Amino acid sequence: MARIELSRLAHSYLRRPDGAEDFALKPMDHVWEDGEAYALLGPSGCGKTTLLNIISGLLRPTSGQVLFDARDVTGLPTEERNIAQVFQFPVVYDTMTVHDNLAFPLRNRKMPEQAIRARVREVAEMLDLVPTLERRAGALASDARQKISMGRGLVRTDVSAILFDEPLTVIDPHLKTSLRRKLEEIHKESKLTLIYVTHDQTEALTFADKVAVMHEGEVVQVDSPQALFEYPAHTFVGYFVGSPGMNFLTCELDGRFAVVDGHRIRLADDTPEGAERVGGTFELGIRPEFLELVFDKRKDGMRAKIIQVDDFGSSKIVTAAAGRNILRVKLAEEDEVRGEFGWLVFPPERSLLYRNSRLLREPAERER
Amino acid sequence: MRKIENNKAWFLVLPVFLLVAFSAVVPLMTVVNYSVQDIFAVDNRVFVGSEWYREILRDPGLQNALLRQLVFSIAILIIEIPLGIAVALAMPRRGRWASLTLVVLALPLLIPWNVVGTIWQVFARADIGLGGVLITQLGIDYNYAANPMDAWATVLVMDVWHWTSLVALLCFSGLRAIPDAFYQAARIDGASGWAVFRYIQLPKLKNVLLIAVLLRFMDSFMIYSEPFVLTGGGPGNSTTFLSQTLARLAVGQFDLGPAAAFSLIYFLIILLFCWLFYTTMMQMGRGPKA
Repeated sequence: MARIELSRLAHSYLRRPDGAEDFALKPMDHVWEDGEAYALLGPSGCGKTTLLNIISGLLRPTSGQVLFDARDVTGLPTEERNIAQVFQFPVVYDTMTVHDNLAFPLRNRKMPEQAIRARVREVAEMLDLVPTLERRAGALASDARQKISMGRGLVRTDVSAILFDEPLTVIDPHLKTSLRRKLEEIHKESKLTLIYVTHDQTEALTFADKVAVMHEGEVVQVDSPQALFEYPAHTFVGYFVGSPGMNFLTCELDGRFAVVDGHRIRLADDTPEGAERVGGTFELGIRPEFLELVFDKRKDGMRAKIIQVDDFGSSKIVTAAAGRNILRVKLAEEDEVRGEFGWLVFPPERSLLYRNSRLLREPAERER
Repeated sequence: MRKIENNKAWFLVLPVFLLVAFSAVVPLMTVVNYSVQDIFAVDNRVFVGSEWYREILRDPGLQNALLRQLVFSIAILIIEIPLGIAVALAMPRRGRWASLTLVVLALPLLIPWNVVGTIWQVFARADIGLGGVLITQLGIDYNYAANPMDAWATVLVMDVWHWTSLVALLCFSGLRAIPDAFYQAARIDGASGWAVFRYIQLPKLKNVLLIAVLLRFMDSFMIYSEPFVLTGGGPGNSTTFLSQTLARLAVGQFDLGPAAAFSLIYFLIILLFCWLFYTTMMQMGRGPKA
């Protein structure tokens, strides 16, 4: 178990990268605290797997350092890093039995056979693999094979961290939840550092204590699921987390007010003042869950035309056009949509300000 | 969908039946026909039953040729399969060097059999051939035209030179098909190079190796042109293999009856061995282990 620190880490797959767009990972500093379960969330191609392969040592970063408990391991090969990694598609040794598969990493590390038997048994029990222990791994179905893959990661007792690279892709949906819960239990018992890569927000938000969101080779926010929802640090987090994504409206600033199409909207109290003097592109961000829609004219409301109402059974998503902006509002199932026009009301405490895609918020006020 | 049950399907497979009939069944049956008759002239033939079969199976010359043939084919498999795997493992995996290696390896496969025989006949000559002279210079008494052991060694080396590339190319394609994740997982598990070969590469090569073994067995079991050109089956009968014996019988002596019986036995032996290789190799590393 270890605290993993990335220091000025950057990677490019090109031999002579020039310019930021050549980098699969932009320079980053980040710490994975010891014993926490992290989810690494981001769309395909954002650099999640690259980051994982650098931590495990399968890839050597172009620049920067990887530190395990303050020890620099950047130059060390995987074998010397005490790290386990589970891949997206099951990797099993087909000709070995399930038992031998699970025992393989331990045998390679010269653990006594007696101890191996006990440990393999333990892990097999965790993953419900006991009935198949003496069967050949190649003959099993893909979810059992992926369990073996995960088991080979979990079986080692010496690991600093276990990295999971979208391990549940090939698993049946109904098994996914139970396996994920299993992983959570294992984490609670063992207090291992876990990094779990996924592009599925539900998976990320339910699995981890902390979610790191990646976007174009950058970790844009590392926070609890609640903070990701309430205070997305980057417009991308707003879009990517939550369904539907956050509303963003290009705006101008006037003191504590955002001005959208001439309409003044009061911003949250912890929004710093005087941002307009620094310049940049400003956007007002608000979650569809927090935006209010009323059908009686209100002075502080923004007039909007109702374009579409999608009924999800337990809630309604209303799409409305206000000036050049299209906004989504999430209403409770019993709320009625009356008429063609409505008034959008922005609760000040939920109206966040973004400059050049990044959240502007007084750091002192951030509850932790 | 409703299932239609009638005999129309037979009509659809009829073309294939006709094709197979004319390409395989009819010629094979002609041979069967010959093998049970003694033919003196077109209109003068006698049914002799299994006489030719008994004669062939008792013929010591043929028995010896069969034994030589088996030893030869097994030696070929023992040398070429591991060597082919080793070459494939040593090949650069991608880039310019990979393409170059592929071209160089494919060269021997493009040379006609009798040309290969001629090349080696000249190359291995103790008086003027580059290889032969070099060996003699080393102080080894080498002459493939006079010494049966030398003749055998030359035929084996020639076949290894000619056909190991095929095994190597098949294995190379098999190795290329292994996803990187397997190698990465092996590194994370701390596997040794040998373990990677034994538990990842070899199992994944099983199917191409099956093809390689079958092809190399069938081809080497039917080898004709190369030893015919190189040694002419000699010295003595030391490198006379089955197909050469058969050709002598059928074309040389025009003994069509015994030759037909011989052909069928020959065919059945190849079939038997291929079946043996196929079933044993398919069983390897499969099914529940107790």
